Parts: sequence; C-alpha cells; structure tokens
Amino acid sequence: MADLTSTITPAFSGGSAFMRAIKSFALLRESPIGMVGAFLVLFWVFVAIFAPLLAPHDPLAILQPFAKPGTVHAKSATTLWLGTDNLGRDILSRIIWGSRTVLIYAPLATLSAYVVGVLMGLAAGYHRGWWDTILSRIADIILSFPVLVLFIIVISTFGASGINIVIAITFASAPGIMRIVRGLVLDLRNRDYVAAAQTRGESALYVMLVEILPNARGPLIVDACVRLGYVIITIGVLGFLGLGLPPPNPDWGGMINEGRKMAMIFPHMTIMPCIAISSLVLGFNLLADGLREVSLRD
Amino acid sequence: MLVLIGKRIGIMALTMLAVSILLFLALEFSPGNVATKVLGQFASEEQKDLWLQQNGYFEPLWYRYFSWAGNFISGDLGMSLRYRIPVADIMLPRLWNTAILGFWTFAFMIPVSLILGVLSGMREGSTMDRIISLTSIVTTSIPEFASAVFLSAILVFWLKLLPGTSGMIGGFDPVQLIMPVLVLFIYDFGYVTRMTRASMADVMTTHYIRTAVLKGLPYRQVILKHALRNALIAPFTVIMLQINWLLSGVIVVEFAFAYKGFGALLLEAALNQDLYVIEACTMVAVFVAVTTQTLADIGYTYLNPRIRFQ
Repeated sequence: MADLTSTITPAFSGGSAFMRAIKSFALLRESPIGMVGAFLVLFWVFVAIFAPLLAPHDPLAILQPFAKPGTVHAKSATTLWLGTDNLGRDILSRIIWGSRTVLIYAPLATLSAYVVGVLMGLAAGYHRGWWDTILSRIADIILSFPVLVLFIIVISTFGASGINIVIAITFASAPGIMRIVRGLVLDLRNRDYVAAAQTRGESALYVMLVEILPNARGPLIVDACVRLGYVIITIGVLGFLGLGLPPPNPDWGGMINEGRKMAMIFPHMTIMPCIAISSLVLGFNLLADGLREVSLRD
Repeated sequence: MLVLIGKRIGIMALTMLAVSILLFLALEFSPGNVATKVLGQFASEEQKDLWLQQNGYFEPLWYRYFSWAGNFISGDLGMSLRYRIPVADIMLPRLWNTAILGFWTFAFMIPVSLILGVLSGMREGSTMDRIISLTSIVTTSIPEFASAVFLSAILVFWLKLLPGTSGMIGGFDPVQLIMPVLVLFIYDFGYVTRMTRASMADVMTTHYIRTAVLKGLPYRQVILKHALRNALIAPFTVIMLQINWLLSGVIVVEFAFAYKGFGALLLEAALNQDLYVIEACTMVAVFVAVTTQTLADIGYTYLNPRIRFQ
C-alpha cells in the first residue's frame, strides 16, 4: 500500500463535507471500472434492503427438496428460478436474504475495526515515542498470525455468533488499519494547519480528529472498500468451514458448505451463492480501484 | 548488516514468546475447561480432579506456562486427544503435504505474476496493462471456496478431466494436486501481479530510466538492464509475505478438496477441540509466518543497496 500516501487530498477548500463526498463520487463517472463496481455494490444493497419484497418465498420455508433450477412449484404455482436445496428451501430467496446477513455483518465488522484501528493509528502517529513503540509492537504480534488461523482459534474457542465474528474481525484487521493511519499521520502531522491548531491551544484529541483525520480520508476510503471485500470473503470462508453463523440463518458461505456434498448432482446449490459472493466482492474491489484512479487524477 | 539480522531475530523470538503466552492464556487459562476437553463432556468431577492433579494443573499459571513452553521447545508437543498418538507424529506428515502444495503453488505463481506485473507496469495505461489489471482484480475477488466450486463444476463434473477430491487415498497422485494448486494460484497471483505492477510503474517514472531512454538505449535493454533489477525488490517482500496468506488459503483449499494437509489438520483440531494439536499447529503456523517476515525484512535490506550501504 505504498501508493496510498500519494492520494492525500489537499486541505479542504469550502463546501460542506457532504457536498464534497457527493462530488468525489460524481467523479467516479470518469472511471468505467469504478462505475461497474458501484453498480454491483448498489445492486446488492438494493437487494438486501428490499429482501422481503424481492424474495418469492420464505427463506426457511420447505417447498420441495432437490428441485432443479426452473422447476415449477406445484402448490404455489411459482417457478423456482434457482431451484431448492436438500431441505427444499428456495435458493433464490435464501440468496436474497443472505445478502442481508453479509451486508449487515461485513460493514459492522469493518466499521468496528476502523474505529479501533484509526484510534490506534492516530495515537501512534501523533504522539510517537512510547505510544508508537507499544502499539506498533502489538500490531506486529497480531499481524504475525496467519489471518484464518486467528479466526479459527477465536471462533472455535469462544463460539460462532454474529458478535464474535465482528470481534474476531476487529481484532485481526485493526492492526493493519493502524499501520496505514500511522503512516498517513506521520506525513500529515507536520503540516501548517496542524501547527496552527496546536498554536491555538487545541487539545491533542481535537487536532487528531478534526485536523488530521479528515485530511487522511482519501486513502482510507479506498482501503475501506478493499477491506470490506476481504471481510465479506472472510465471513464467507467462516461459513464455508462450518464456523459461521449457526443454521438456519441464510448465509452464503454456509449455503455453499451445505450444498458441497451434493455438488456433483446438484451443482446449482453451490454455484449460485458462489456467484453472489464473488460479484459482491468484485463490486467492492472495482469500486476501490475506480476511486483510487479518480483520486490520483486530481 | 549483522546487527540488523540479530535485531530482527530478537524481535522474532519476542513475537513468538508473546504469541505463545496469548495462545496459552486463550486455551488453557481455566484448568476445568482443559479437563473437560481432554476427558470429555461426561467425566465426573472426581475424574477431572484426579487428571488435573496428575498432569500438574494445580500449579500456578506461570509455572504451567513455563513447563508447557519448555516441553514444546524440547519437542514434546503432547498427545492428540482424538487420535491418541503424539501430536508430532500426525503433524509432520501433514506439514510435508502442505509444503508440497505450497511449493507447486509458488512455482507457478511467482513466474506468472512477475511476468504479468512487469508487462503491465512497463507501459502504464496501455491495453495490455488494463487487461492484466482487470484480470487480477477479478481473480482476487473470487474467494478460494468459490473458485473451487466453479472449477470443480467445469473440470470435474462437466468435462470429467480431474478428480474432485485430493485425499491421496491410494498413495500420492500428482493429478489430485492440480485442483488445489490451481485454486490457490488463481486467488493469489493477482495480488503479487498488482504489487509488481506498482513497483515497475514506479521505477519507470524515475530519472535514471528517463535518462536511459533519452540517451537512445533500445527499449529492451532499458527494461532488462535498468528497470527490472530495481522493480523486483518490492515484489520479493510481497512474495515472502504471501506465505502468510497461503497459510490461510491452504486451510480452505485442503478442506474443500479433502487434502490431508496441515491446514485441514488445524481446522479439524479446532472443530474437535483437540487442544494440543491446536496449540502445536498454531505455533508452527505463526513460526512459519514470523520466519518468512524476518527473511523478507533481511532480504529486502540486502537487496536494496540504499539501505545496505548506510
């Protein structure tokens, strides 16, 4: 992530924060790749929000087992577009409801990792000295774990639940975020506007949160998009390995794990949720790439 | 240079120490839990007490930690609760299998991603660059389990070219290695390609490359003699650090293809609460990760003359 520091945007020049955010997203139009990414992400956000209206069936209702895609369900006279799973639950409805699961937990976990990581990074980069040494050491230790090993140990020791997954992801991701923030802060802390705020007698917390953090937002937004993609993959992997949310929650990773044993005869059970998760991750990665391209341009 | 190596190794030892303490606290802080895991859910309190007594679990926590760590360093990793044989006897063959998997993944990934990265970073913004960049974004967006499903559907179930599992039941069979290696390769090469591209693109904007071009050297020579040597320093670190990622990847891939490797063992142990296997596997995984990080640091310093001659 060496190129992150080069995308720092200049100190703000009028206009509300909201308007500026809109403006930078409007710039995205110049990047076709970013537009495709934004479209994919918005598509799944739309699906998640309107899941109750879009899903043709209850994701837990048992209709008819092992229906192939396109089978007509006799009782309700509806077409099962993506077929059903081994218990007879409608796969389309489960994918639609599963988008809610992933789009609730992934942003929640990323946000919580960001809160911890940003605070750690600000403290380490702004105060330097002992803060920096201790926080960087802690980060090194956590980052020395292969990520998935850390998740497996945390989840298998403390149990699989939504909140534990969020905690585990926060624990594993915060050090990486901290490193990025620390690097950005080291670059920004010597700017004139920081010195001005310090001379005004502002508190360290004020300088960090009001003067430094907003000016580091460009690279952090790009990183957040990439990280969201990784977190979605992680949640999927945990579900796939049988460490995800307990059934019968519709969860993409879990669906793939359940359908895996029958993949030879009924490939639709696993392929559809795989397409869902891949397209969502791809959306975030393309969006990140588009944002990076646009932010480097000006 | 020697001071630096010594310092890095010291940091590595400290990291291992910290990790081992964390791991020990997470898994063995409460002796009652350990006894339940070892003796099973239905053991009586007396049985548990007796077992705890015999195995020294009534000693203070720090004493238990040091005897555990001492045993560990001297090679006594304990017994697997599930297989009732020493942990080392299960773990070593599994580690070897994973090493084979990792070797072949890297054997394909390194040349492919370096070549693609250099081709793409050589002329930033060219059609070739755009195609390669987009491909690597797409492949890194598909999680390993998803590409395992897609590839199995095509190569195993539809075209019936490859076996769908890699259990190696009838002895070692290289054909069964293809799917796991392919899946790991697809997920991993994109990242290294992008990093190589960034490094190459960076080098291409430097003054010495401009000088080389302006003084009329053939393009080929500029790339091969001037750009490559400097552009390949950063990817070296990335490739070394990729081993850490691979340790996560093998867990998914070995589980997906029933390959009898180290990652599958760790997962199995975690799901079955096979305490001493979890501890041993985690320490080995962290050791591999920390060692490669240390090697990456030392190698980077060695390769980069600006740091080497400071």
